[in-house]
Amino acid sequence: MNFPKFLVASVAFYAIVQVLSMLGIFNGYMMIIINKSLIYVILAVSLNLINGITGQFSLGHMGFAAVGAYVSGTITTLFFKLRAPREFSLDALPAELVFFCAIVVGGLVAAFIGVLIGFPSLRLKGDYLAIVTLGFGEIIKSVINGIDYVGGPRGLLGIAPFSNFTVIFIFAFLTIVIIRNVIESSHGRAMLAIRENELAADLAGVDSTRYKVTGFAMGAFFAGIAGGLLAHLIQMAHPTQYGFLASAMVLILVYAGGMGSLTGSIIAAFLLTFLTEALRLGVDWVHEITKLPIGTEWTMVIYALLLILIMLFKPDGLMGMREAKILQLGRKHA
Amino acid sequence: MGSTLAQQIINVLQLGSIYALIALGYTMVYGIVRLINFAHGDFFMVGAYVAYAVFYAFNAYIGAGSPLAFLALAIAMIGGAAIAMLSNQLAYKPLRYKPKLSSLVTAIGVSMFLEYFFSAFPLIGPSQRGFPEILPKQMYTIFGAEISNYVILDLAVAATLMVGLTFLIQKTSLGRAMRAVSQDKDAAKLMGINVESIITATFLIGGAFAGAAGLLAGLTYPRIQPYMGILPGLKAFIAAVVGGIGNVPGAMLGAYILALADNINDTYISQFSNLLAFLILIAILLIRPTGILGEKTADKI
Amino acid sequence: MKAYTKFVAIGAIALGLGIGMAACSSGPKEIVIGGVGPVTGEAATFGVSTKNAYEMAIAEWNANKGINGKQLKLVFADDKGDPTEGATVYTKLIQQDKVVAIVGTVMSKVSLAGAPICQSSGIPMISPTSTNPKVTEVGDFIFRACFIDPFQGTVGAQFAFNDLGAKKAAALFDSGNDYAKGLSEFFKAKFEELGGAGSVVAFEGHASGTTDFKAQLTKILAAKPDVLYVSDYYQDVALIAKQARELGFKGPMVGGDGWDSPDLVKIGGAAVENGFFTNHYSAEDTRPIVQDFVKKYTAKYGAAPDALATLGYDAMTLMLDAIKRAGKTDGKSIRDALKAADLAVVSGQVKFDASRNPVKSAVIIEIKDGKQVYKTTVNP
Repeated sequence: MNFPKFLVASVAFYAIVQVLSMLGIFNGYMMIIINKSLIYVILAVSLNLINGITGQFSLGHMGFAAVGAYVSGTITTLFFKLRAPREFSLDALPAELVFFCAIVVGGLVAAFIGVLIGFPSLRLKGDYLAIVTLGFGEIIKSVINGIDYVGGPRGLLGIAPFSNFTVIFIFAFLTIVIIRNVIESSHGRAMLAIRENELAADLAGVDSTRYKVTGFAMGAFFAGIAGGLLAHLIQMAHPTQYGFLASAMVLILVYAGGMGSLTGSIIAAFLLTFLTEALRLGVDWVHEITKLPIGTEWTMVIYALLLILIMLFKPDGLMGMREAKILQLGRKHA
Repeated sequence: MGSTLAQQIINVLQLGSIYALIALGYTMVYGIVRLINFAHGDFFMVGAYVAYAVFYAFNAYIGAGSPLAFLALAIAMIGGAAIAMLSNQLAYKPLRYKPKLSSLVTAIGVSMFLEYFFSAFPLIGPSQRGFPEILPKQMYTIFGAEISNYVILDLAVAATLMVGLTFLIQKTSLGRAMRAVSQDKDAAKLMGINVESIITATFLIGGAFAGAAGLLAGLTYPRIQPYMGILPGLKAFIAAVVGGIGNVPGAMLGAYILALADNINDTYISQFSNLLAFLILIAILLIRPTGILGEKTADKI
Repeated sequence: MKAYTKFVAIGAIALGLGIGMAACSSGPKEIVIGGVGPVTGEAATFGVSTKNAYEMAIAEWNANKGINGKQLKLVFADDKGDPTEGATVYTKLIQQDKVVAIVGTVMSKVSLAGAPICQSSGIPMISPTSTNPKVTEVGDFIFRACFIDPFQGTVGAQFAFNDLGAKKAAALFDSGNDYAKGLSEFFKAKFEELGGAGSVVAFEGHASGTTDFKAQLTKILAAKPDVLYVSDYYQDVALIAKQARELGFKGPMVGGDGWDSPDLVKIGGAAVENGFFTNHYSAEDTRPIVQDFVKKYTAKYGAAPDALATLGYDAMTLMLDAIKRAGKTDGKSIRDALKAADLAVVSGQVKFDASRNPVKSAVIIEIKDGKQVYKTTVNP
């Protein structure tokens, strides 16, 4: 990738949003939409690594996000419970550092579970793999729901609100840069080879199992990060946020953006998140002006129609397999 | 305890029959177009609502009982078939020769549309509706287990439709064409088979099955609402995969295995809902990567 | 190049939204109240009842010249029954619509995502139906209009043991729903305290959204309980009752206010006879406020109000009354007025305790010949 240009573009994005936010043009509502979009960027880009780049088919991505959310959420809440009594001298640790570590640990545990799941299941193909990952996602949800220590169906509550625009932006930026670099490395070449033809890649000496599991674990790691960020944004985690329907929403981002295109995933994450809110405001506005009996419950009907239309007019997704110039592969590979 | 065991066996058979009817449609469509049709559970929901509407439109003229039940079954099947065909024409057909995952996204879109539209549309709305008892309920006690005539009806309809479907696929020219399309679309086309009309027929039959399942589920579990298709749709999908997706007897077998898993789960570890169903799914796929009755496919370069 | 145009397009949409957001602001002549509930998704039927009740209360106050000469405006937002959506719409109502107070939302898990936002913005919030005790523990701006989990479970157990004379009980609940699970846990604790260890012979969960409960019921009935406690909402209760009766259960069933809906009898029919549930009020209550509400709601929406409509109406009434008494629309004044509330609403005379939960008595309703019949009153 063209790292300097990407860095400049990202910093410019960050600066514009921060300035608009400080000027009050972007209010808190706008900021939560942007924060959610960035979390969806992490989820979509990491799922794209599994589904788009390595050519596997995961339907349980939010299961890993759940692991990240619960692990990091438990760590930070425990830490602040422990910090109160005097015998613990953890006061010296800055809270932000604990938060950062908790998020990363959440991602690592998610990655570990990704490896555990990946080894046996990645010998399955296509739709069979999809359903096994879906199954694992639901198992994770069911187990969390049955554990009272993390709240069970009441959810994990009282998580400190550490996630803000800056933190989420940094993680989203790092996710894109790291995954882009992986794709450019020889690892990424191997993954692309597996996507194009696994048997041929095997014959050419690519250890397909190893690369598939690596891709799966990396995807799970970043999904775990996203889950942790989300939990610290809305200050709670609940099993129903991480079910099969939520995974399907991330899947939509990857394919509506374009399979294998990180640019597409980023665009789709922003576009569909903003679309949801624009429809919410638009439907309310139409209702207020015309007094027609069309309330906010029609928002999702329109969203579903637009989604179908996008795919009919852009069957390969918004970007197809192309990348924006600043995210394209370096010249030496091309 | 004998009666408890007998009762649980009946429970499994009943639940399995409902799963089987949805799974049959799922597996048929998959076998022909290789599309995981997420909206299939919603076709089932549409069938239930159509049957409900039939009851209210005709109850005054016919009165509850077998004639109305048959009419409701027929129209529910037509309703399910119509919505399946419409979805195919509008959302799947234009993407037939595009990357197959784009039609997966439109399938999710169709599913969302049906759910949210039924929920938002004022005449239908999100409220839970009690499904009428079209047939008078009768209870029988066999080996200490309580069996209602609905259980027998569920089993009978599922068995009849499966036998009918097997006959259709194995013995008729339409079935032969379906098998040909499922094996190789291009070769089938060269043999003079109109691939698109075969696919349309498949959607019609699959949708009709979902509609029938909708009526039966409405009778058996008399409560319908716009989101009722999500969980059974998911379960039926799993059943189809466990049996070997694309394989008709496999879907049937998978449905009963899944119902058994659900039953054991709910009896012994009821706090962890759906856990065993997914564990069994994974275990079976790890042992037999293409499902119990699925055929192994060789990789080609 | 194309990617850039898309990024630019998104940027333009975002900026447009931002400017649009900044431009909309309501006139000073009206008081804006936020309402939240799930009107799409699997909890939609609850959200629609609640929304109807909010709108009805607002319309009545407006017909009555509003508050201190100002008209009221309800901005309703759909939380889809999802905490993430909840956090978004609470932020929207506060930041975008500049509401002075929020009434909502239905499910505890979503209220728990909204409560910290209200608390940190200093906007008073009252949830009509979130029964999880943790909701109001978030802070002093958060209130509720309903019972908390422990109360109903305990009352249900006392009623089953003392009044129904049950020696062995069983419980069945939605294990994915905190309300249902909470009630059943407190029922079990109280019943075992009364009847001794082991008196709850079966304690079974079921998956959310399922319609087949026969596996659990067969197991439960094999343990021969005298009473079955079902803490679900009415749509599941009706199916559970039907299936339990089919399997030969003849004893009484007890539940919580989730039973309160005209649809319980419509779906459940004769199977829900011999059923009892704890509720906030009885529709037979002769107080004019109750009769008035039931009559008006039925006339307007074509169905008798369920528990969610009643509590939604009460929550809105409590909030509007507080704004009126506060005389001002800043968060602190409204909060203080709400704390001091002592108001007769449909579900009883409401005062708030130190944790901002209403102190009110419960009634026990019996289902008899397809009607809800008042049985007895229980004081906390």
